[in-house]
Amino acid sequence: MSDETFAAMRQSIIDGASSKSAELARQAIVLDIDPIHAIEQGYVPGVNHVGEQFARRQMFFPDLVMAGEAMKAALNVLEPELERRGEKRQMLGTVVLGTVKGDIHEIGKSLVSIMLTAAGFKVYDLGVDVPYDKFATRAKEVKADIVGMSSLLTTTMQGQRKVIEALDRDGLRPQVKVMVGGAPVTRQWAHDIGADAYGANAVEAVAVAKSLMELRTVTDVGAAL
Amino acid sequence: MKPRLQLLDKATISRIREEALQLLQIHGVKVRAPEVIDALASVGVTASDGVARIPERVVEHALETVPGEFYLYDRAGNRAVHYGGDIVHFDPGSSCLNILDAGAEEPRLAKAADLARLVQLTETLPQFAAQSTAMVCDDAPKEIGDIYRLLVVLWHSQKPVVTGAFSAETLHVMLDLLRAESGSQESLRARPRAVFDVCPSPPLNWGEFGAINLADLARAWVPTELISMPLAGAAAPVTLAGSVVQHAAESLSGIVIHQAAQPGAPIVWGGAPAIFDMRTGTTPMGAVETDMLNVACAEVGKSLGLPTHGYLTGSDSKALDAQAGMESGMAAVIGALAGINMISGAGMLETLACHSLEKLVLDAESIASAQRLARGINAEAKSLAVEMFAESFAKGGFLKLESTRQLFQSEQHLPSTVIDREPLRVPGETLVTRAHARVEELLASYQRPPLDKAAEERMLAVVEPHARAAGLEGWPGLQTRIAGEEDSRVSKLATHN
Repeated sequence: MSDETFAAMRQSIIDGASSKSAELARQAIVLDIDPIHAIEQGYVPGVNHVGEQFARRQMFFPDLVMAGEAMKAALNVLEPELERRGEKRQMLGTVVLGTVKGDIHEIGKSLVSIMLTAAGFKVYDLGVDVPYDKFATRAKEVKADIVGMSSLLTTTMQGQRKVIEALDRDGLRPQVKVMVGGAPVTRQWAHDIGADAYGANAVEAVAVAKSLMELRTVTDVGAAL
Repeated sequence: MKPRLQLLDKATISRIREEALQLLQIHGVKVRAPEVIDALASVGVTASDGVARIPERVVEHALETVPGEFYLYDRAGNRAVHYGGDIVHFDPGSSCLNILDAGAEEPRLAKAADLARLVQLTETLPQFAAQSTAMVCDDAPKEIGDIYRLLVVLWHSQKPVVTGAFSAETLHVMLDLLRAESGSQESLRARPRAVFDVCPSPPLNWGEFGAINLADLARAWVPTELISMPLAGAAAPVTLAGSVVQHAAESLSGIVIHQAAQPGAPIVWGGAPAIFDMRTGTTPMGAVETDMLNVACAEVGKSLGLPTHGYLTGSDSKALDAQAGMESGMAAVIGALAGINMISGAGMLETLACHSLEKLVLDAESIASAQRLARGINAEAKSLAVEMFAESFAKGGFLKLESTRQLFQSEQHLPSTVIDREPLRVPGETLVTRAHARVEELLASYQRPPLDKAAEERMLAVVEPHARAAGLEGWPGLQTRIAGEEDSRVSKLATHN
């Protein structure tokens, strides 16, 4: 029974079927399937499949986004059940994410948010036009491992440096790693402003975030990316 | 007849306009500038939670006051760019961070001196009616990046300029800079030298400084170019027609904001629409669908009797290669046949992230060919061939005819040495080597257009306090001979570099 359910869960993610993934999550609760098993053995394999197919150019951004939405729908059902049972899912890390002040571009940042969530990170998406200090405040509140910033404009790129300064002022560095992205942002820029990592796109951002969680020093991270 | 490319019929254009008006009335546009919301309220736009819902009658009223044409002027006060009708002009692409040197495998960050060279090169190429503030200079502080690049362009060129501000504050310094060059606000208004690009954020969103700049430019009576950028499938409907509707809605909302601030001020129906690559997340500027979007958006603008602009001739290739030539050449032809008044993008590689001087001279050849195509086939002569045959038989060949000698240069575009038409292969020669040689040849021929010393002083005086406050030392990119002699002030300041 569980194997069939897990296969259906995996398929619901691949199909990007949010209503189906949520329905299967509710069924899992009725069937007393451990929510952690449902997530790890049912839904996560679907996310992994979509990610692999995307990397092979066999699936596309809409597949990726809709898979992420389907994952979110399932988690919205299963997380309260986890809490009720007093269980906790092992997350890969906690990420505070946003587009910096003065910039209202959302697509890239939202893709990164979806992909990180689907990959197993706890993501606090602060939205767009986010004041510099708010990154640090929220990172402190949620004990973030990573702060991620997006800028699409050459002018708002400067804001990424100011966010890092705010993190410094609040004594959050170096334990909070910083990753940056956005169309005009480059690896060199990330280095220049003292960020730990740069992600060229949403898929790379997941790999970068995983590296940041594994590596402990700025130098190590820089060498690895 | 002149060849013409048309993608939309009248019925489709009507549907696009109707749906754009529906979007503005039902969904509205988010405007993140309270003062602009207030100004919109005064012309009958209702707003709640920052979303302005614009009734059709307000749009129609704004369209009644927009001029259908206007001119940009060169430094000498001559009309140099005609926005309106089906006249086509080209300018280099704008605002990239990087430059690819000839023969280099990787681009590097662009400096002010690179921008100066690109401006000088553009000045020598007749295919470009206007300059653009083509690069963001790495050696100019970011806070004054927009001001400084305009200074570099004005310093080295007499052509009109397509530019844009990075903030609400710096716009006013840029306007002061233009006034300093023109001599007064009155002369700038009477003979505008520059047009300012202003961008909404897709979908249906005006950021704070974009909305404020739109209104401020109207009040200053400086021409504005709307740059709506629907990204089909990501920040706009995936269908090309749907994206054109969004472009129309964003552009109409921009016109309403603009005309509410100053009825009658000049504005261009422009844009940089593109598709969204579903595999890479990039916005391919060399895609044929991106070309089609630009043409279709311009057609909607033309149906409203407005001046038009498009973003074509950039390439997604990372090098000066066959892909770059194919994408940019095709776009130049498409844009020219569509009758778009200003076509931006030449010289650019890597999806508008990088400029290449060598690509600029190659694109100039594509543009010249496209312009030749757009002129069409001249069949106005009384005899198309019979008279020439008679004369040829009498004289022993067509090459001996005076008509051949007289007409071949208007019948045939003669490309520069960038284009290889030699009968024999030259060992070691490639497109890149030919283009690079052409760049160096043109730069060697460049002479800085005369600029009144008093105007130079005024321009430096406008920029200097902002430059020093931002920590800039010297005047990067301005070290150049002025009418055969070195300018002492620039030379002195340049020694810091």
